[in-house]
Amino acid sequence: MKTAIILVIVAVGSVLFHLLSPWWWTPIASNWAYIDHTISLTFWITGAVFVAVVLFMAYCIFRFHHTPDRQAAYEPENKKLEAWLTVATAIGVAAMLAPGLFVWGQFVTVPKGATELEIVGQQWQWSYRLPGKDGKLATTYTSLISPENPLGINPSDPAGRDDLVVEGGEVHLPLGKPVKMLLRSVDVLHDFYVPEFRAKMDIIPDMVTYFWITPTRTGTFDVLCAELCGVGHHIMRGKVVIDNETDYRAWLEQQKTFAELTTPIRKAEGETAPLPAAQ
Amino acid sequence: MVDATHGGMGTIPAAEVPDVELYHPHSWIEKYVFSQDAKYIAIQYSITALAIGLVALVLSWLIRLQLGFPGVFTFIDADHYYQFITMHGMIMVIYLLTALFLGGFGNYLIPLMIGARDMVFPFVNMLSYWVYLLAVLVLAASFFMPGGPTGAGWTLYPPQAILSGTPGQQWGIILMLISLIIFIIGFTMGGLNYVVTVLQARARGMTLMRMPLTVWGIFTATILALLAFPALLVANIMMLFDKLLGTSFFMPAIVELGQQMSYRGGSPILFQHLFWFFGHPEVYIVALPAFGIVSDLIATHARRNIFGYRMMVWAIVAIAALSFVVWAHHMYVSGMNPNFGFFFATTTLIIAIPTAIKVYNWILTLWRGNIHLNVPMLFALGFIVTFVNGGLSGLFLGNVVVDVPLSDTMFVVAHFHMVMGVAPIMVIFGAIYHWYPKITGRMMDEGLGKFHFWVTFLGAYLIYFPMHYLGLLGVPRRYHDLGTTDFIPPNVATLNEFITVMALIVGFAQMVFLYNLFTSVWKGKLAGGNPWRATTLEWQTPQTPPAHGNFGKDLPVVYRWAYDYSVPGAKEDFIPQNQPPSAATA
Ligand code: HEM
Ligand SMILES: [Cu+2]
Ligand SMILES: [Cu+2]
Repeated sequence: MKTAIILVIVAVGSVLFHLLSPWWWTPIASNWAYIDHTISLTFWITGAVFVAVVLFMAYCIFRFHHTPDRQAAYEPENKKLEAWLTVATAIGVAAMLAPGLFVWGQFVTVPKGATELEIVGQQWQWSYRLPGKDGKLATTYTSLISPENPLGINPSDPAGRDDLVVEGGEVHLPLGKPVKMLLRSVDVLHDFYVPEFRAKMDIIPDMVTYFWITPTRTGTFDVLCAELCGVGHHIMRGKVVIDNETDYRAWLEQQKTFAELTTPIRKAEGETAPLPAAQ
Repeated sequence: MVDATHGGMGTIPAAEVPDVELYHPHSWIEKYVFSQDAKYIAIQYSITALAIGLVALVLSWLIRLQLGFPGVFTFIDADHYYQFITMHGMIMVIYLLTALFLGGFGNYLIPLMIGARDMVFPFVNMLSYWVYLLAVLVLAASFFMPGGPTGAGWTLYPPQAILSGTPGQQWGIILMLISLIIFIIGFTMGGLNYVVTVLQARARGMTLMRMPLTVWGIFTATILALLAFPALLVANIMMLFDKLLGTSFFMPAIVELGQQMSYRGGSPILFQHLFWFFGHPEVYIVALPAFGIVSDLIATHARRNIFGYRMMVWAIVAIAALSFVVWAHHMYVSGMNPNFGFFFATTTLIIAIPTAIKVYNWILTLWRGNIHLNVPMLFALGFIVTFVNGGLSGLFLGNVVVDVPLSDTMFVVAHFHMVMGVAPIMVIFGAIYHWYPKITGRMMDEGLGKFHFWVTFLGAYLIYFPMHYLGLLGVPRRYHDLGTTDFIPPNVATLNEFITVMALIVGFAQMVFLYNLFTSVWKGKLAGGNPWRATTLEWQTPQTPPAHGNFGKDLPVVYRWAYDYSVPGAKEDFIPQNQPPSAATA
């Protein structure tokens, strides 16, 4: 009896905790509300199953606990019941998987016309690069990275001169415009993680990964690293600011181009430097 | 197939089992130290696993102290913190759970339950334990080397694992890789033994479809392990080459803290595929023995046949097969081709179906049973609750797009602890209380056992259930210190303190368990040969604890399946597997 009651408390208590506790997701700031809906749906389906299973166990313990004159039933199998349960489970699983895959389809399809933002992770800070007036990012090579050229931008690539480089600070994004984040690392794995965006992706050295979002509300949000990257993993922080159009323009104006950041001498050297072997 | 349940001798092929030539010990050392008796080897495995597991438990307190009271315990700096979580995770998964389920329970139960005298290769079996011990010692040695053990996380992802930004990059990572390689060698020796023994040494009449589910679980898990561990083995060897010889299997061009390195062209993602090709089946290497054992605990203590035995066997086999095509669900946000997401989400959610069938059959075994709420049964119930909880949160993480916000947060930590930490450990405890009387001849103390159960079960639930919500909020995992953020409210610190206090309480309850485990060897009530009135062969041995050779002069002959409990018209509420049909009814 005691055991059955405790199990009921576990089931009911879990539901009450879910409904009443103050811990819940942070308000969303991107277009991925779909993901939140899929999580909600999954909570409902799995919650119902959990409560049903635990309450059924409690009932069994209450109803069929040992007494001297009790005899258990002998029933090796019940094909009909087992088939019925299998089909019901398959339906429940499909009900979660179908919307999940549908939203994943959107997640992996970057809308045409998305602007690009390059995010570079290194132990243990974030840097960013935006295409300049030409709308194009220059090629980069890990082997070109040096104190003067921390992002390894190819100096011989004409698209690179106007690229805007933002080191260590905060980055701004315009409200309501889809952005494709191009993720690059110079050393180990990192993961660009802004809880309010819902989306995240690992960053891999010598490779470019991506995800996309459309910011849906202005504000300043924490950037964290979500892939263990050494002892400084937990201090690899940054800020991303979502601006309206005018604030964003004003911020853009202040950013330095690659050409401005490299001294004229370096630049002259760079222009004659041979391209590294393609990797 | 009707005889899967009611066994008439006529319908089964009489497989003649040749008696194994036993190697009898000639000296004290051969009997107690270099024993070739699977039962001794099992105990050696279990004690070693529990001892190193205790280290992992203490590490979990230190981790929790830092998370609950950041800044108070200044000796837990970031270096130490990452070393602690890495060693905690690796020890728990490999050196405790895998070793205990397969080396411990596998060795003890397989020969006894299938009616064999011993494993078929006793010498290799003995070697397997000593190689395992060596692996444990190499791992433990890394605590004492310059730089300490590795802090690369239990997943050991390169490039980070072998670079200088990670603690333990001098010796720690090398010893970790070597220890794992040794472990795999030792496991392979034992594993081949378990498989061949099950296939070749079953008693007359013990058809595969009459084997207790415990044997099915361990047998299938061993096959999984034999197929999965090689992936880890090659990954470890290649990483060792990258570290020691400067090869570039997993290392692309990298700039480490401002310095260009000479690595070129390796693939960090390749390591992740190899790791999880092993790592996902590993979950089932731990889970399948637990599934099997818990089925037998429930049937025995509910005095009822396991519901849908054949379905249970097929579910085990289906889960095992599927577990090789879901690995990349650990890599949804790894940067692999995102189109893999569609495939792996689908296979992952399909695996939920046979898993759910197992859960239904466990609870349907309770239904219309005659439930004895003794300690093994309580732990079995605790297993069902935590396993269902952890399995259901797996449906979040398996559904690719839902995993995106939750991956690498405390939600994941809560999920895997519930499903492969707490749940299998519940089974381990239940199994220890259940088989202890066979192993020692005495019962463990029931009162202490119940105390141990309630504190562990409720405590663990209170640790991990709320933790999901921290992850949902966005609290990342593997964070030495949360620092200040805008999105984490101050009440998160309160919840973290609460979780830490619960973890310490649960830890204390394990000391009560250890006390009970050791003192019952001489203080426990005498048990007799079959205290639970169980049907399986290990309870029908002429001596308790069973002598070398297990079954005295003649091997048992099996006439029925393992679940003849409460058969209508029978004299008793159980009929041992070796009882001939004529003697069973009144
Ligand atoms: C009551 C006992 C336990 C407690 C209190 C505990 C606590 C913890 C904590 C606090 C972490 C670090 C989470 C983080 O990333 O911030 C952790 C990690 C981990 N634990 Fe446990 N744990 C326990 C038992 C277990 C068991 C039985 C297993 C076996 C599966 C296990 C496997 C792991 C693994 C694999 C990790 C991940 C390590 C990593 O991130 O590299 N733990 N545990
Ligand atoms: Cu990181
Ligand atoms: Cu997995």
